Amino acid sequence: MAHAEAHAHDGHDHNHAPAGIGRWLFATNHKDIGTMYLVFALIMFFIGGAMAMVIRLELFKPGLQFVDPGFFNSMTTMHALIMIFGGVMPAWTGLANWMIPLQVGAPDMALPRMNNYSFWILPFAFTLLLLSFFLPGGAPAGGWTLYPPLVLQAGDSFGLTIFAIHMMGISSIMGAINVVVTIMNMRAPGMDLLKMPLFCWTWLITAYLLIATMPVLAGAVTMLLTDHYFGTAFFNPAGGGDPVMFQHIFWFFGHPEVYILILPAFGIVSEIIPTFSRKPLFGYESMVYATGSIAFLSFIVWAHHMFTVGMPLAGQLFFMLSTMLIAVPTGVKVFNWTTTMWRGSISYEPPMLFALAFLFLFTIGGFSGLMLAIAPADFQYHDTYFVVAHFHYVLVPGAVFAIMAGVYYWLPKWTGHMYDLKLATWHFWLSTISVNVLFFPMHFLGLAGMPRRIPDYNVQFADWNMVASIGGFAFGLSQVMFVWIVLKSVRGGGPKASARVWDDTNSEGLEWTVPSPAPFHTFETPPVIK
Amino acid sequence: MANTHAPQGDKYYIPHGSPWPFFGSVTLFTVMLGAVGTMEGAGAGSLILSLGFTMLAVLFIGWFGTVIRENQEGIYNLHVDRSFRMGMMWFIFSEVMFFAAFFGALFYARQLSVPWLAGEGVKGAVEHLVMFQDYAGGWPTNGPEALSPRADGTYEIVPALGLPAINTLILLTSGVTLTVAHHALQAGKRGVLNVFLAITFLLGFVFVGLQAEEYHHAYTELGLQLSTGVYGSTFFMLTGFHGFHVCLGALMLLVVWFRTMKGHLTPERHFAFEAVAWYWHFVDVVWLGLFVFVYWL
Repeated sequence: MAHAEAHAHDGHDHNHAPAGIGRWLFATNHKDIGTMYLVFALIMFFIGGAMAMVIRLELFKPGLQFVDPGFFNSMTTMHALIMIFGGVMPAWTGLANWMIPLQVGAPDMALPRMNNYSFWILPFAFTLLLLSFFLPGGAPAGGWTLYPPLVLQAGDSFGLTIFAIHMMGISSIMGAINVVVTIMNMRAPGMDLLKMPLFCWTWLITAYLLIATMPVLAGAVTMLLTDHYFGTAFFNPAGGGDPVMFQHIFWFFGHPEVYILILPAFGIVSEIIPTFSRKPLFGYESMVYATGSIAFLSFIVWAHHMFTVGMPLAGQLFFMLSTMLIAVPTGVKVFNWTTTMWRGSISYEPPMLFALAFLFLFTIGGFSGLMLAIAPADFQYHDTYFVVAHFHYVLVPGAVFAIMAGVYYWLPKWTGHMYDLKLATWHFWLSTISVNVLFFPMHFLGLAGMPRRIPDYNVQFADWNMVASIGGFAFGLSQVMFVWIVLKSVRGGGPKASARVWDDTNSEGLEWTVPSPAPFHTFETPPVIK
Repeated sequence: MANTHAPQGDKYYIPHGSPWPFFGSVTLFTVMLGAVGTMEGAGAGSLILSLGFTMLAVLFIGWFGTVIRENQEGIYNLHVDRSFRMGMMWFIFSEVMFFAAFFGALFYARQLSVPWLAGEGVKGAVEHLVMFQDYAGGWPTNGPEALSPRADGTYEIVPALGLPAINTLILLTSGVTLTVAHHALQAGKRGVLNVFLAITFLLGFVFVGLQAEEYHHAYTELGLQLSTGVYGSTFFMLTGFHGFHVCLGALMLLVVWFRTMKGHLTPERHFAFEAVAWYWHFVDVVWLGLFVFVYWL
């Protein structure tokens, strides 16, 4: 087989995709694998979204209406695990697969078989995770952070949860290694590191974070596994262990993880804003250095997630100040994006609209993050809906909006057809209004003291919960439009897209030099960059 | 390299469809499902697990076999070679971080949680007074409730200057013999290469054997088990994962040895050898950390 392949490769280019199911199961093509990642992420967004709908339905009014509290807790836990590991991360990897080889002028990802392996592990990992619903004791319900001793009291599904996380970790590490190697080894001649589009830069740094932290998560959940099944005492004070130790190890992974979720978003926004402002990005190099600084800082701030567990004063001060320091490089980015638009010739196509919403709404999430960073204030906010509001602002109108911006930006390049711009603009406005109706009231609920992860609440919180639920349903429904718009473009609706797609001459990414739709194989002979 | 045809210049080798990664995903799923079934005591668990391990063996032989074959055919140029090198480097780095989590747990327990349980500091005063007034702390420890398989809660530890010291010597020696083998490979001395490579993996297997002996001794005579408090937990998890990595490394050395015996690998191109050598040195360094922090101090 290998021999035949070698000869086939020696010969003429054969620019057609293999036929049948084998094309997808045995794929080594970065575009096919990218597509599979994106489709998988979309399915997971809807499964995780359905869980969010159950949560908002139960919280629509006080009292227990629809689900029992145990199942409610499973919903919050699974919603988080699915959205983080099944939705956002695979969506980023899918975009990386599609775009990084196109942007650096590489014929494919550096290690194509491993690329396939990283993808196909995911459906199996989430099958394991979702199987847990059908075992005695139900799905994990102790929160996605898996804190012991609560999580150790899970039912028969405990092992499934842990191993599912192991598999997701293996997949992410391999995906990240592929990105690093592709960028470091596969750039076309003349594509210096500091000429790369920012999406490549932010993904490169994200990949380093993944390689450094996913193994730590693997270690943490392995300790949970042995504590549960084999009697080790890592988190058991009776044997000299400490449940707080888990929190330290978990958040050593967990904080870099939140930057894993957001750094690629910075990259996408940094490409879209210049394109639709018809100006080069302001402060390209400072963007790169800011991304690097954020990544470095993400390793030394983890304990701000656990100010209330008790920690020495020096520790609280250190983690508080290091956390606030992150505002500096993040500020550099926000100012650079704003300055890029200054006196630009701006047009408001859907990708730009989503990027602009990102800019404003992510910044709101950043500011509430600053509030949470203040240790004495955090004692009040901790485990309230204020925290829920904060991280949903950075994850939904932050990461998820950037994913949608990216899809709307590159979809014509993938399908060769412009999608329905008017419908996509409707999708934008409905999403942006509903997402704020959904999450903004949570700030008020949290400041008023409503705790997170509860199925029932005091009547004083009733009004804003109802508002949030209405926003939630509206947001959920709006996303059906997204699927419709994408499907229509995939099936060939809409006018043909040109190679450059957008009316702009500033975007320098090599993806705009190949035709739309991008052929099955691109850059088999490396392009030369002047 | 035993080329059937010359490496094709600057063309990067993109493999066409391969069934192995998908098979690997099914394998991983089977192993994990079987492991959960086994741990939960479900009837079919161990059966599924054995099936999974069989598939794993098929996976390794099939996938790596393909790669070796392609390599022998000379379709991997230096550009591809560099991708493999970088991939291996970052894989080893991820392994370093995995061990870091367990070393972190060890240091945290020794330096923070155990002293707190024994009453040190503001945080400790509360835990100590409320929960464990008689606990004195110190290291090694099996905790305030003296978790141990023995009825009286006692246990003994493995002294650093017994088997562990011998094992240290064995691993360090294996590092030297591997380097000798590498120099022999580069100098084209195939005889020396084959002999020293064999010595290296044999030393690896001796190391694993001695560890097994030490575990047996700990479990049956010392009262030191996984469940012997936080000392037993960190001891067995750290040394256990290390031992597992030595097994893997020795197996990889064995495969490379089979290949050198068949005449694979040239003085200029021998990534397989180097990758395994990096891995072996990594395992070596982890052991030094274990010897110092787990056994000695």
